[in-house]
Amino acid sequence: MSKILIRGAKVLGGEPQDVLIDGEIIAEVGTGLSDEGTVVVEADGKVLLPGLVDLHTHLREPGREDSETVLTGTRAAASGGFTAVFAMANTFPVADTAGVVEQVYRLGQEHGYCDVQPIGAVTVGLEGKKLAELGAMHESAAGVTVFSDDGKCVDDAVMMRRALEYVKAFGGVVAQHAQEPRLTEGAQMNEGVVSAELGLGGWPAVAEESIIARDVLLAEHVGSRVHICHLSTAGSVEIVRWAKSRGIDVTAEVTPHHLLLTDELVRSYNPVYKVNPPLRTERDVLALREALADGTIDIVATDHAPHPHEDKDCEWGAAAMGMVGLETALSVVQETMVATGLLDWAGVADRMSVKPAKIGRASGHGRPVSAGEPANLTLVDTAYRGSVDPAGFASRSRNTPYEGRELPGRVTHTWLRGKATLVDGKLT
Amino acid sequence: MQRHLISAADLTRDDAVLILDTAEEMARVADRPIKKLPTLRGRTIVNLFFEDSTRTRISFEAAEKRLSADVINFTAKGSSVSKGESLKDTAQTLEAMGVDAVVIRHGASGAPYRLATSGWIDAAVINAGDGTHQHPTQALLDAFTMRRRLVGRDAGLGQDLSGRRITIVGDVLHSRVARSNVDLLHTLGAQVTLVAPPTLVPVGVHTWPCEVSYDLDSTLAKSDAVMMLRVQRERMNAAFFPTEREYSRRYGLDGLRMARMPEHAIVMHPGPMVRGMEITAEVADSDRCTVVEQVANGVSIRMAVLYLLLGGNEPAVTHTRTTEEK
Repeated sequence: MSKILIRGAKVLGGEPQDVLIDGEIIAEVGTGLSDEGTVVVEADGKVLLPGLVDLHTHLREPGREDSETVLTGTRAAASGGFTAVFAMANTFPVADTAGVVEQVYRLGQEHGYCDVQPIGAVTVGLEGKKLAELGAMHESAAGVTVFSDDGKCVDDAVMMRRALEYVKAFGGVVAQHAQEPRLTEGAQMNEGVVSAELGLGGWPAVAEESIIARDVLLAEHVGSRVHICHLSTAGSVEIVRWAKSRGIDVTAEVTPHHLLLTDELVRSYNPVYKVNPPLRTERDVLALREALADGTIDIVATDHAPHPHEDKDCEWGAAAMGMVGLETALSVVQETMVATGLLDWAGVADRMSVKPAKIGRASGHGRPVSAGEPANLTLVDTAYRGSVDPAGFASRSRNTPYEGRELPGRVTHTWLRGKATLVDGKLT
Repeated sequence: MQRHLISAADLTRDDAVLILDTAEEMARVADRPIKKLPTLRGRTIVNLFFEDSTRTRISFEAAEKRLSADVINFTAKGSSVSKGESLKDTAQTLEAMGVDAVVIRHGASGAPYRLATSGWIDAAVINAGDGTHQHPTQALLDAFTMRRRLVGRDAGLGQDLSGRRITIVGDVLHSRVARSNVDLLHTLGAQVTLVAPPTLVPVGVHTWPCEVSYDLDSTLAKSDAVMMLRVQRERMNAAFFPTEREYSRRYGLDGLRMARMPEHAIVMHPGPMVRGMEITAEVADSDRCTVVEQVANGVSIRMAVLYLLLGGNEPAVTHTRTTEEK
């Protein structure tokens, strides 16, 4: 493999430096490096970050290849600057056996756009009744470390306790979709002023908060670690903050859309805004941003949820929940966290690469940009501003809430272990 | 300009008064030997009912026929096709048939709004009840009934309901009738009080232009009209209240309670009534109860709305959000 010299990149937003990639690793970082025998990428003040890691992606394969596949999903990931994604287990069949997780893992390796780390289901068929073979999934070629029934909550307290205890044997983590099922029957959107007016079933904040409160207490009791998926309310932030102050081993994620959008958008009855957990209020959005900045919320995760056009081109009540997010995540984070002064680029690298890799035990990712490290890198043109055009998405689905919206930042290059997956904004 | 009637909140005071005044004209047609106007001759209206509602459909159908429109009834009950596909596909089929207006009843809140704004069709859309969201013609017929009873038939022309005190009792949480009435009655200058057990009041109600009380008895003496909402029996199983009897004791309207209302005050109900639950037979059958008048007035109101949307020279009702998007 030839050498690549990235010239004049602001590493983690710092002073411009040259970064030399040799084969699969970063050979040298410094100023005025020789370009002899290298392919030169003029970075010209762009920001260089460690390859982004998404702890929460829906790739839909196997089962719903009409909305996304491992190939299209990982191409979308590479376009968005990701070098590793964790694929959620709610596929058809459910990723609750070693066979299914190995299939997904293998497809990721074959396609080569980014590493695909499958997440295993906590319970068989996501039904909440019987533990899936967590150990077998961990021991498989996929080496599963994160387990989640995402899309559904592990609402049975005993089942959750057992899962938390069991995965301690191999350093696993249970990622909880916090949604009390009885409190959210018929739920269509955030419960509050807007739902009252629109006559749409309410998804109350307390349905999320009560499960998080229970689970951090369970994690404390059994001495395990728990991860909270797509935290969305100001109250949830307070509970996680309290749990961390008490020394409980809890981590939490927030999605880009919960950092930017509010339930006021549902007034359009446009199902592109229908998502689970639902868009909350301005107050929640501001609390989530603060919490991501101060570290209460550890990471940004996309909850990339592709759906075919027909599942969104209908009335609100009949529409599927979810939004695509891989290709717009970094732009939304720049808009909500960097442009507002809440995070610098080193902070973005921490929340979108270092910490998610750490939570998911993806040891080859989220590494420092320094000599000897794997060359998983993302180059971002932070000065760019443009409106989002879903027609250009690599994802098979187009259900983005940002169509036509102007957002800053554009990923121009992505390297996975030294191999370019994205060059000048084009997939290789 | 697109013209739809999606929500009672979209009507200005003058729009609403014009509809009520026009309905008075339409009511006179019902007194004639031949109850028909030629206004909508050659126009095609589809009654698109995804949810059962015989009384609302018949009311619209009567109004459409009295205006000489061609009427198509479409009932999509029990379709095995996914709901989303069937709404869009059905709408486009009707569009291809050259339909001028679609009267839609749908179980999903917002379905008429989607139909009017998604670009699927060009026809006028009239909301005949969507989920727990809105039922604007019901609110208009209720306001029409109140104006006739509390202000007077001819004296009411040009008038709104300023200063009138209206109490709406029952399952506000699941009621599109309550939502529509709060919006329209507020626009018409009335003071509205919602009365229900706290379990049947939506979170967020504090932003609505009305008062909320959990105590029926304290509101009766200061009500010009008391509107009882239908309580569905299945609500009991979902623990919204302990028993039918307890609900009835605390929120039902019986003769004793009715006696505490001012002499001129009326009792209203959108129907169908559950006698013995939210209203006793004694009250339902009294002269003060306007249920039957409401049904008759419903036809006049729907004639007025159709006339103004499709037949009148000047549009009386505009859907502002739609206009912006188009």
